[in-house]
Amino acid sequence: MLFYALKRFGVAILVALSVSVVTFSLLHVSGDPAAAMAGESASEEDIEYVRKHYGFDRPLPVQYADWAYRAMHGDFGQSIYLKRAVSGILAERAPTTMILGALALSFALILAIPLGVLAAMFPNTMIDRFALTIAVVGQALPSFFFALIMIIVFGVWLRWLPISGHSSWLNFIMPSIALGYYATPAIMRLTRAGMMDVMSSDYIRTARAKGLKPRVVLFKHALRNAIIPVVSLSAVQLGFMLGGSIVIEAIFSLNGRGSLAWQSIQRSDFEVMQAIVLTIATFYILLTFLADLLNAFLDPRIRVS
Amino acid sequence: MANGTVAEKLPSAQAILEPSPTSLMLKRVFGHAGMTIGGGVLLSIFLVAVLAPLLAPHDPFSQDLTKRFVDPIWGAKGTWEHVLGTDGFGRDYLSRMMFGAQTSLLIGFSAMLISGILGTALGVAAGYFGGRVDMIITFIITTRLAMPVILVALVVVALIGSSLTIVIWVLGLLIWDRFAVVMRATTQQVRAMDYVAAAKALGCSTLRIILTEIMPNIVNALIVVATLEVAHAVLLEAALSFLGLGVQPPTPSWGLMVSEGKGMMFFKAWVIAIPGTALFMLVLCINLLGDGIRDVTAPENRN
Repeated sequence: MLFYALKRFGVAILVALSVSVVTFSLLHVSGDPAAAMAGESASEEDIEYVRKHYGFDRPLPVQYADWAYRAMHGDFGQSIYLKRAVSGILAERAPTTMILGALALSFALILAIPLGVLAAMFPNTMIDRFALTIAVVGQALPSFFFALIMIIVFGVWLRWLPISGHSSWLNFIMPSIALGYYATPAIMRLTRAGMMDVMSSDYIRTARAKGLKPRVVLFKHALRNAIIPVVSLSAVQLGFMLGGSIVIEAIFSLNGRGSLAWQSIQRSDFEVMQAIVLTIATFYILLTFLADLLNAFLDPRIRVS
Repeated sequence: MANGTVAEKLPSAQAILEPSPTSLMLKRVFGHAGMTIGGGVLLSIFLVAVLAPLLAPHDPFSQDLTKRFVDPIWGAKGTWEHVLGTDGFGRDYLSRMMFGAQTSLLIGFSAMLISGILGTALGVAAGYFGGRVDMIITFIITTRLAMPVILVALVVVALIGSSLTIVIWVLGLLIWDRFAVVMRATTQQVRAMDYVAAAKALGCSTLRIILTEIMPNIVNALIVVATLEVAHAVLLEAALSFLGLGVQPPTPSWGLMVSEGKGMMFFKAWVIAIPGTALFMLVLCINLLGDGIRDVTAPENRN
């Protein structure tokens, strides 16, 4: 287990390093980051000032080493627009996005796991078809369109929920649904496949033959094993949600990292953008690392091979 | 004479013969409701997009500020002149929808082609060569998966400017991961087959083995992924355009039309409902077709 954990940790560090290189080079895809940051109407002197100020006149490896070294210590530089330390802004915006991500994932799991279990228990019945339809429809619905429909129906016609801001927990209901439903189909399909697989295994037949209650067989024997791959998938989906929350936060004016990213792009505030991409990617790497460890802990076969 | 009546009762030679593979395949395709519906609707959207210059009742770019937000035909003040109404600049909505289908399909297919070539090359190489090559490519895939797609696409587009070509390239270079993952797994399976070993024993070159032994056997999985990735690219383009960093106005794009209609949606919900529903239908049909191809071609489903 320790060997597996160390190996997996080494890979995570390497991935984080290459992600940081990619994130760093993002700023340089345009050729001249100084010109891009200064904006279209900037004069030669302005561009020169930005170049000096951000050290773009230094060799690239030096710039990267400096940036990565500071980023590792939690220093992401200064926001060109807000004139404040990026790390402080990020810390301020983090809770909203974290709450949104956690609620969205909970929504997806609460909907997907029971549906997947039911679909697996009654394959090729109305319940199964219903679950499949939800999955197919869910995967095709653009999240921004779904969010706008919810705003019109629940916010304006029925007036049940507030449509923007982040003052109360009611503000989080619609954004969490809009962000979470997209993960539902994948989790549901995996739960269904896992349950079907487990339910036809020998030990379930044994458990039934022993005369155990169907409830005990289902929850204690079957679900516990079928749910293992769902753990990894949930980690991956949570990572995707944090990245995708930009659309939802922009629509609902939620004051999280997504809307910060959205505002920063409009303000050409690229130091902030870089920091957001890097922190979200790092968080994703951490999540998948933890999920793999949990999986190895739950399923000894993984850590042996 | 009794012989004759017996002969008449016997099945004809045609019926005794096994049905040809083609007719079996056609039967499976048309027996699959989702695939027939998805493929049919998709084909009509494709035809409308290609024939948009002929079919569109108006110029999608011509503005008429005296006719802003005219209701569609089912609305109180709807007219046959503008069947789906007009937008905030008085442009005909139906015509813009037709040309918007061009944008969605063009970006979806082109981005899929780029990511398909890249992802398949990586996936097949990883699956065929294994060992160190596999390790490095798996590492690249892991790195790519850690990068948030929408955010990276937004940063790149914000830095180098936005146009149809740039959106296609950015999406194409970002979404190859599923191709690589699926092609890697499928190639690993095919590689272990005896006919690959036989080709090796005959002294075929690596390129020849990959092209004539591996590729024909992974092409089904490739088509399925390709279909689903078109849908993925269409959704991403719509999201980028919705945020204002995808296709730029006045080019008609369904995502952009939802974004432009956002300000009016509380008063006239159809302004966002029409392009939004079209996007939903397009992606739904592509997905149905992809699922259908998978069901029809997957050997384990043949009975």
